[in-house]
Amino acid sequence: MIDDITQATEEALKAIQTASDLAELDRAAAEMLGKRGALGVLKSSLSKVADIDERKNLGRALNDAMSAVNEALATHRANLVTEERLRRVEAERLDLTEFPSAPSRGHLHLVTQAWQHLEDVFVGLGFTVAEGPEVETDWYNFEALNMGEGHPARGEFDTLFVGHDAAEKPGDSGLLLRTHTSPVQIRTMLESEPPIYIVAPGRVFRRDTPDATHMPVFHQIEGLVVDRGITMAHLAGTIEAFTHAFFGPGFTSRLRPSYFPFTEPSAEFDIRRPDGSWLELGGCGMVHPEVLRAGGVDPEEWSGFAFGFGIDRMAVMRHSVSDIRDMYSNDIRFIEQF
Amino acid sequence: MRVLLSWLNEFGPFANPHDAAAIDALAADLTALGLAVEDVVAVGGSVAGVVSARVIRVEQHPDAAKVRRVWVDAGDGAERHVWCGASNMGAGDVVPLATLGTTMPNGMTIERRGILGIDSEGMLCSAAELGINDDHSGILLLPADSALGVPYGEVLGLDHDVVFDLDLTRNRPDCWSVEGIARDLAAWRKVPFAARAPMIAERGVARTIPVEVLTDGCGRFTATVMSGVVVGASPEWMIRRLEAVGMRSINNVVDVSNYVMLDIGQPNHAYDFDKVANGFRIRNAREGEVLVTLDEAERTCSPDDVLICDGADVPVGLGGVMGGLDSEIAASTTTVALEVAWFPAIGVMRTATRHGLRSEASARYERGVDPTLAERAVLRFAELLSITCPDLVVHEGTTDERSAGMPPVDRSTSLRASEVTRILGIELSATEIRQLLDPIGFSAAENGDSLSVTLPNWRPDSTTEIDVIEEVARHYGYDRLGRSVPKSTVHGHLTPLQLRRRLLRNVLVGLGLSEAMPNPIVAPDVMQRAGVEGAQLRILNPLVAEESALRISLRPGLLSAISNNEHHRRFGVSLFEIGHVYPPSGDGLPNEFEALCVVLAGREAPDALAIWREIAEALDVGAMVDQSSVPSGLHLTRSGVLRAGRDVIGAVGEIAPEVLDEFDVTERVAVLELRLDSVLGVVKAPPTYRPVSKYPSSDLDLAFVVADDVAADRVERAIRQGAATLLVGLELFDVYRGSGVSDGQRSLAWRLRLQAPDRNLTDADVAEVRMRVEDAVAKFGGELRSSTAR
Repeated sequence: MIDDITQATEEALKAIQTASDLAELDRAAAEMLGKRGALGVLKSSLSKVADIDERKNLGRALNDAMSAVNEALATHRANLVTEERLRRVEAERLDLTEFPSAPSRGHLHLVTQAWQHLEDVFVGLGFTVAEGPEVETDWYNFEALNMGEGHPARGEFDTLFVGHDAAEKPGDSGLLLRTHTSPVQIRTMLESEPPIYIVAPGRVFRRDTPDATHMPVFHQIEGLVVDRGITMAHLAGTIEAFTHAFFGPGFTSRLRPSYFPFTEPSAEFDIRRPDGSWLELGGCGMVHPEVLRAGGVDPEEWSGFAFGFGIDRMAVMRHSVSDIRDMYSNDIRFIEQF
Repeated sequence: MRVLLSWLNEFGPFANPHDAAAIDALAADLTALGLAVEDVVAVGGSVAGVVSARVIRVEQHPDAAKVRRVWVDAGDGAERHVWCGASNMGAGDVVPLATLGTTMPNGMTIERRGILGIDSEGMLCSAAELGINDDHSGILLLPADSALGVPYGEVLGLDHDVVFDLDLTRNRPDCWSVEGIARDLAAWRKVPFAARAPMIAERGVARTIPVEVLTDGCGRFTATVMSGVVVGASPEWMIRRLEAVGMRSINNVVDVSNYVMLDIGQPNHAYDFDKVANGFRIRNAREGEVLVTLDEAERTCSPDDVLICDGADVPVGLGGVMGGLDSEIAASTTTVALEVAWFPAIGVMRTATRHGLRSEASARYERGVDPTLAERAVLRFAELLSITCPDLVVHEGTTDERSAGMPPVDRSTSLRASEVTRILGIELSATEIRQLLDPIGFSAAENGDSLSVTLPNWRPDSTTEIDVIEEVARHYGYDRLGRSVPKSTVHGHLTPLQLRRRLLRNVLVGLGLSEAMPNPIVAPDVMQRAGVEGAQLRILNPLVAEESALRISLRPGLLSAISNNEHHRRFGVSLFEIGHVYPPSGDGLPNEFEALCVVLAGREAPDALAIWREIAEALDVGAMVDQSSVPSGLHLTRSGVLRAGRDVIGAVGEIAPEVLDEFDVTERVAVLELRLDSVLGVVKAPPTYRPVSKYPSSDLDLAFVVADDVAADRVERAIRQGAATLLVGLELFDVYRGSGVSDGQRSLAWRLRLQAPDRNLTDADVAEVRMRVEDAVAKFGGELRSSTAR
């Protein structure tokens, strides 16, 4: 009988090895291991062996045979599964470059990108962001900023005046398109109490013919700090901190005396690039006592500084845009580049 | 303001014009003082490679009418041939020859180049080509006895010098003179400063011109008579200095007048005495009064202009701006009347602006001239004119008339040392402050911790304590003020509205839209062309008519952008803009608000609605589409307003076909507009957690037949009401019109996913939902066509 076991085992193993797919393997397994299979029949005839020792030996041999067959089955099944998966994967082959898709991501305007970057830097420096209207009154745009009627500096702003009827005379209605974001300083001081730490980004307007470096409609960001004990050293320190945060660690800043009606002392601030060249960035200074007064703030108790510069220029420099008019062309071929 | 280094050096030891490092240091100091240096230009000296040469002979080439052949001797014995277009020189003249390889001031390099096959070995130069002045009428003729082959600058005695071109701020009128700049520099460098102290040996017999100042538009008017004048050329050095800073030499009298103005900052005007001997009357012009100014332009005046008239009331000058042509100094003039006056800045500025006439005088008056400068100016004028007129007599009897327009001249303010510390952040004693202020003429007297500061009359801008603090800061040095960041109690953040605006932009960009920024200033008819109704604000002084009104809708700007992109064959462009619109409020400030507009070229209304749904989802805002009112300019049957309660917060749909035609857009354009004050302004509480149900869900498909004029979202709302809290998902998966459904109706098939949070659903639950929904839909005539639970 032991020979029968050996033979049945060999046949079973052979049948397993020759099965070429899972279905054939399942059939072979059922044939061999089922009650009617060769090993099954041998197993059921085991009880007919009278000698206990022989039965034990045969039983052990039969179990060994069954384990060998089961192991072979499992191994071959695993191989077949792998092969079949490989075949399927192979059959599913795609040339991924056959499927070009148009990019569907949109693009923020370059000014918005620079605007948000600046906001983020100033939020990091402890500022909040204030906003104001673009159509302003003469009072907010000039008068409250220490530029009363007839102030010579008004002439430098190339103001666009606004009215309800084209026949009105410029200035009659007291309405204009704000020439700078500084009116937001006044609005903020009037609407809230110090301490004030704000930046005011926004759109501003000048009566200016567009060229490669100027637009009549452009964007500025303005900063205002009003608190107790604010000194010009705080202005210089804040400009320097901004310079590092926005431009990078290799950049430094300097203040040099200048003149603005709404600040005193006033300064221009320049950025020194790592290569040693200077970039004139914007204006700043200590808030003029008259401006604090216009904002309802007592200049003997509080002091402050303000600064401002162009947003568009940041975008133009960052991307080497040689003609600023392109930035406002709304031409998708321009927008898509950024 | 252009200032010459050698001139500056007359006031103090500043820099050697040959020392490049010292010139750089001086430029840096000027910048540190707030006198921004725009440019530093070397003048004088010679252009390297240009030498004196004698003309040997000149020939006309028979085939070249416009050029001549010139042979020159540059002192080395060789005979050189050059072509030359000028004809003012002949044999024996000495002229500047630019030898081969010379780089001219305009950047051109002299090369061997031929005309008609004959080479030119250099170029003869005009004064303009050498940068000496703007005379390009012919070749510069050098003195006939000049040595040959030497730099022409040596021959002419041109000294090397440096011009600093300064961009001066409005608050520094004092620096519109060499003396003022030198004063600031000397104080900064702590070197001695020698102010002009002109003297004349004695005055001649009294000769007085009567002066009447009849208007406050002139604060002070002085007239001095000087005789013994011989009109002629100015000394070479004076001509060269005037030319170096951009002025032309006219004659010795006019040149001295200009020189005094540049030197100490006082505009002045010399009249031919004979023409004004009967006196000066300074008064406002009469409407339409005409004066011909020195530049030979006829000026029609208005009562805001101040005229200087002679005793017979005939205008001889436009006050503070320019003298009249008729009283000009002539070659025959032997006696002059020197006007040294003071006019207020505002008046001169208005007159100069009105006449479009900016003179050197008006530039100074507009910024503010020292009203006490007249005496020194008269003496300086006499001192300089006597160089060319040794017999000059300055007569006693200067008239000095003033009006109420004369500003106060003894001004002072107090300055607290504590205030210097509070504003600048530096601790300075009263003495240290005084030491900074005294050298710039802010003479200070200490009074404990305070100072009493006399304000110099050359700084009319300076009136209050803070003005003086600025001077302290400047002369202490902005770079030395220290740097620290404020210890703020405020924390930085964006407001909820600003955060929601950013989220909105991110959603839009994620949906494939790109941001445009059309001009908010538009042509007056563009809103109407886009079908947008409503009044608009006007620009009252537009540069161009196409930009003379303020927009009340973002739509036209984006439609133009679509159209432009189509012209570049870019179709299917999707754009958005977030920007302000300015509908008038009646009077005063407009009802300005921030709006969003989305345009989708080549897409249809449902695509715009899909964008709205994404926004609504992301920003947690709700609104109903109401097709019963269609905003003008939108497609009548494919658009509606977005209504949140009673408020219209936007519109959605498509652009009307006639508007597309008007804007030359060939594609359909889907559009979404939102008022962002409404959409972003609401602060939403963060959504509260709802446990995800662990129990199985069931799907229920319901198809209803409803009339075409019943909005699908009415059915949707009925379903939501009927299914109530059991509804976890809803999808309109089929819209069917055709056989089996009557005309004017359609079948809407919805798939409801139902699930209870706390138990298994029963068939009864599903049946009840179906029944409730069916009842609700039946109320507006909808009929259940099929129902499948799965």
